[in-house]
Amino acid sequence: MPYKVDARGLSCPQPVVLAKKAVEQTQEKVIEVLVDNAAARENVSRFARSAGCQVEVLPAADDEYVIKIIREPGATK
Amino acid sequence: MNQKKVVLVTGAVVGALSVLLMKAGNPANMGICVACFIRDIAGALGMHRAEIVQYIRPEVPGFILGSFMAAVVGGEFKARGGSSPLLRFILGFFVMLGALVFLGCPLRMVLRLAGGDLNALVGLAGFTAGIWVGLQFLKGGFSLGKSSKVAVANGYVLPVVSVVLLILLVTAPPFIFFSQKGPGSMHAPWLMALAAGIVVGVLAQRSRLCMAGGIRDLFLIRDPHRFRGFVMIFVVALVFNMAFGSFKLGFAEQPVAHSDGLWNFLSMMLVGFGSVLLGGCPLRQCILAGEGDADAAVSFLGMLTGTAFAHNFSIAASPNGVTPNGKFAVILGLVVVTVIGYLSMPRSVALKTKEEAQHAL
Repeated sequence: MPYKVDARGLSCPQPVVLAKKAVEQTQEKVIEVLVDNAAARENVSRFARSAGCQVEVLPAADDEYVIKIIREPGATK
Repeated sequence: MNQKKVVLVTGAVVGALSVLLMKAGNPANMGICVACFIRDIAGALGMHRAEIVQYIRPEVPGFILGSFMAAVVGGEFKARGGSSPLLRFILGFFVMLGALVFLGCPLRMVLRLAGGDLNALVGLAGFTAGIWVGLQFLKGGFSLGKSSKVAVANGYVLPVVSVVLLILLVTAPPFIFFSQKGPGSMHAPWLMALAAGIVVGVLAQRSRLCMAGGIRDLFLIRDPHRFRGFVMIFVVALVFNMAFGSFKLGFAEQPVAHSDGLWNFLSMMLVGFGSVLLGGCPLRQCILAGEGDADAAVSFLGMLTGTAFAHNFSIAASPNGVTPNGKFAVILGLVVVTVIGYLSMPRSVALKTKEEAQHAL
């Protein structure tokens, strides 16, 4: 089960803060961040890449996006 | 065009247009200043009676309408709201008091720097410190709460207000105040200013350009993406200023500036701190408001009110220096923003276990 973060409706940069916390404080290999605007989608994706993770963006219903952050072995925390 | 190019192009265009607007009539080192321009609009509407700073600056409605158009075309227009509007009003209010004690929003701070005004370097240090402080609150779980979808009419309010402002500018009815002298009387031709505002609004919407966000992301995720836009504004405005001979290095006698270092630092610290808690600098609030964000629109109204208070109560600084009321307002602002930050944090911030974390979210 991926670790899920619901960051819908939050102002910039709270989605990034939550995603960062999830990456730093959990051991899950896959973290899914749910966002509801393009700016948050870009910010979270950019954070995840800069943290050395793989990123997949999946469109969800109603202008929402699931950002799948896939931790790679040896990724910087 | 990828996001990196968009942000670089946006920075370059903002830097170039700022100097060109100045050459076309806007005040020195004030090609674009969101704080000063909102203040001028407040004056034009009679919300304050400082006679030298009253004019409906078409750039500001331009930012909002440019963002509105870009968001509609890009499918990103969405009416949303309900995330602590009253607190956002107060944060916007104090961000403007800080900006008018420094004499410029974060964007004008960069433009002042590009004009050789070293006081802006002190302001930048304060701005950066304020962003760092705000970030500690965010890391501790600060949140103004989630926004949700609201009736679409909410999203149209500020774009419609922008159109009304433009109509008032062009028709110039007798109840609108227009400065006869001082910075308010200095302006580029309105069509040029409006066009520049719209271009900046479109690009800033696409690129998410944010003066506070650029520095914040450097601290938070060590990512220079947005900061590149910030640097680009500086570099291009610097080159243009040098080409036009409007670069003058130093602290003393800089246009529409004072050289009180302590208060330049503290006032911009307030702006940085408040902007981070708001989720963006004053320009970004205008852009978000154009995208349908009713909370950002309330921040805008807080900013408009703040600029009026700044001049009604002798808070705004002038080239002669900072007033006692201005100093008091900056300290009060830092206290109020700190209290808002503290009270908007969860009582327990540590994510102890996965279950607790999931529950908290």
